[in-house]
Amino acid sequence: MTVGLFIPCYVDQFYPKVAIATLELLEKLGVDVVYPFNQTCCGQPMANSGFEHLTQSCNNLFIQNFINLDYIVSPSGSCVLHIKEHLHAEKPHEEPAATHIRNKIYELTEFLTDILKIENLTARFPHRVGMHQSCHGQRGLKLSQMTELVAEPFSKPEKLLRMVEGLELIDLSRQDECCGFGGTFCVAEEAVSAKMGKDRVKDHLDHGAEFITGADMSCLMHLEGILKRQKSNVQVKHIAEILNSHA
Amino acid sequence: MHKTIAEHPSLADKFNKDEERVNWHDQTLWWVRAKRDKAAHTLPEWEDLRNLASQIKHNVLSNLSEYLVQFEENALKNNIQVHWAADAQEHNAIVKSILQKHGVAQIVKSKSMLTEECHLNDYLQKEGIEVIDTDLGERIVQLAQEPPSHIVLPCIHKKKEEIGELFHLHLGTPAGNADPQFLTAAARLHLREKFLTRKIAITGVNFAVAETGEFVVCTNEGNADMGAHLADVHIACMGIEKLIPERHHLGVFLRLLARSATGQPITTYSSHFKKPRQGQEMHLVLVDNGRSRQLGREDFRNSLKCIRCGACMNTCPVYRRSGGHSYHNAIAGPIGSILAPNLDMKDYADLPFASTLCGSCSNVCPVKIDIHNQLYKWRQVLVQQGYAPAAKKAAMQGMAFTFSHPAFYRMAGKTGKWFMKTTPFVVNNSFNPWYKQRDMPEPPKESFHDWYKKNRKQNE
Repeated sequence: MTVGLFIPCYVDQFYPKVAIATLELLEKLGVDVVYPFNQTCCGQPMANSGFEHLTQSCNNLFIQNFINLDYIVSPSGSCVLHIKEHLHAEKPHEEPAATHIRNKIYELTEFLTDILKIENLTARFPHRVGMHQSCHGQRGLKLSQMTELVAEPFSKPEKLLRMVEGLELIDLSRQDECCGFGGTFCVAEEAVSAKMGKDRVKDHLDHGAEFITGADMSCLMHLEGILKRQKSNVQVKHIAEILNSHA
Repeated sequence: MHKTIAEHPSLADKFNKDEERVNWHDQTLWWVRAKRDKAAHTLPEWEDLRNLASQIKHNVLSNLSEYLVQFEENALKNNIQVHWAADAQEHNAIVKSILQKHGVAQIVKSKSMLTEECHLNDYLQKEGIEVIDTDLGERIVQLAQEPPSHIVLPCIHKKKEEIGELFHLHLGTPAGNADPQFLTAAARLHLREKFLTRKIAITGVNFAVAETGEFVVCTNEGNADMGAHLADVHIACMGIEKLIPERHHLGVFLRLLARSATGQPITTYSSHFKKPRQGQEMHLVLVDNGRSRQLGREDFRNSLKCIRCGACMNTCPVYRRSGGHSYHNAIAGPIGSILAPNLDMKDYADLPFASTLCGSCSNVCPVKIDIHNQLYKWRQVLVQQGYAPAAKKAAMQGMAFTFSHPAFYRMAGKTGKWFMKTTPFVVNNSFNPWYKQRDMPEPPKESFHDWYKKNRKQNE
């Protein structure tokens, strides 16, 4: 099984440690990982801003980079969802490749639980951790049950976090409230976005979190910006970093 | 409500100047959302009910013209006078003509988002006709000369002290008294006088049954009943999408409506109106006002399934923190943001962007409207139609170029990080909306791409 590692633009540029943790974690679990060199961005910032018609060249590049791989894995639920829902080929004969990519792209935690079927990990992270479930991961990729629905609860990221030695997962008052990042929303609707982020951070702080984790670095980047502005000692850590933490 | 050119971000920014009020607004609506969750979870068949409701509405929308003809036929048999209005203007003119026929210049009106959409109050007031809204929340915003900020909870943005002040000014209650029970009693006395003296009452319609030619009006205060039963003339105004095929379908919708709206098992009054009582006149105005246009837009057709429960507003993290007035439309929140551009793309081009696309709205919707997907689709349509600001368009074109040229992207990333490190004031300033309330991420010494090149070269 060869897995293509898709590292979204902002993770590549600002959070290389998240990408390294993802790579190391997959390698540790015996996965043959390749990192296509010419990757950039999934195209979501344009598409969510109403400019999906400008994403074709991004799509073409994505298809070129990730063609012929068994799986594509990424530490960002939001980018994975964008590819799953909106990646299409420019030329009809390339559409089977695009379809293959849409079907075989996985967010990291769902790849670990659904494909690798991980039942235990050697990680250790003795801290009180709050899990921020990103909306695109949760409601888009169905990484965990949604509080609005009358259905049995489950959570793929939480299942993995419970395998980490010493980690104490805290409860939140609002289990799956949006953090307000929302891509370009965070600047276009600055007031509401920042307020949502502050409220999200407060929920974690009120419950004694030492770390806030999640499967989407973009939400965490937003929450981190607020924590730092508040001069808080609470840090954000992508779930890959926690699952890859050493004993 | 008059139209405004103000955009959602600036109106939301204004609302956020008072953070305590935002907290209170958010918590109040979250409390309603939590009540809704509790009510939904008492029904193990909840998701089946949502499916069923969605399918019934699907049937209605697919056969709307036939159901409308059937409904009209039956309503006429019941001695209801049926009127058809193509748009808001026609609707208002029809209402006025009925009032004029009876020589009436003072009326009571129970809650109707359709009349709000048609700006009926403004129109009638300009014609010298006095309209008293009889829903308590609506009466309060009417006294404040504001539009409702929520379709179920019209004055949810007002604190009880502010209501006490309004009642003191307009109803003569003692200054400083903000006791809800006292104020409600004062409103009741005030409204009772109106109910007893007004000869014409307007109501909305929650559901109209094609099979029987009857309609159902749901209120918690009984004000629709008071108005309609005491008046000589009852005018009911409905959007053409309010139809359901058969009476027994009410069993599905009445169970969903109140639970989704307020967490109640059922509204206090679900009143069935079938025919005028002896000596009474009953009129029904069927209004299109863009609905058939929306029906023709495949991507947005499902928005017409809406039963106006307001659950999407209560759950929307943006609505809770920006307030209903920031949507500058009769219907606020997520559902309003997909209905409004159909009425006027230019005036409401900002609304589909007032969302993080978190998807909670689609999950609470009792008729399973794919609200957040429609928000995404409206964004595409509005940009294609030329309603995107020029600066945004240029930025997006730049982004598209950068992201499809890997070497340029890497160079830009390096340059950007270099600037952030060496000259942080380039990004950490008041022109950067991110920086206003958030710190920028710390630029690392190298990108993952560069790290990989150094450390995993063998894979190259």
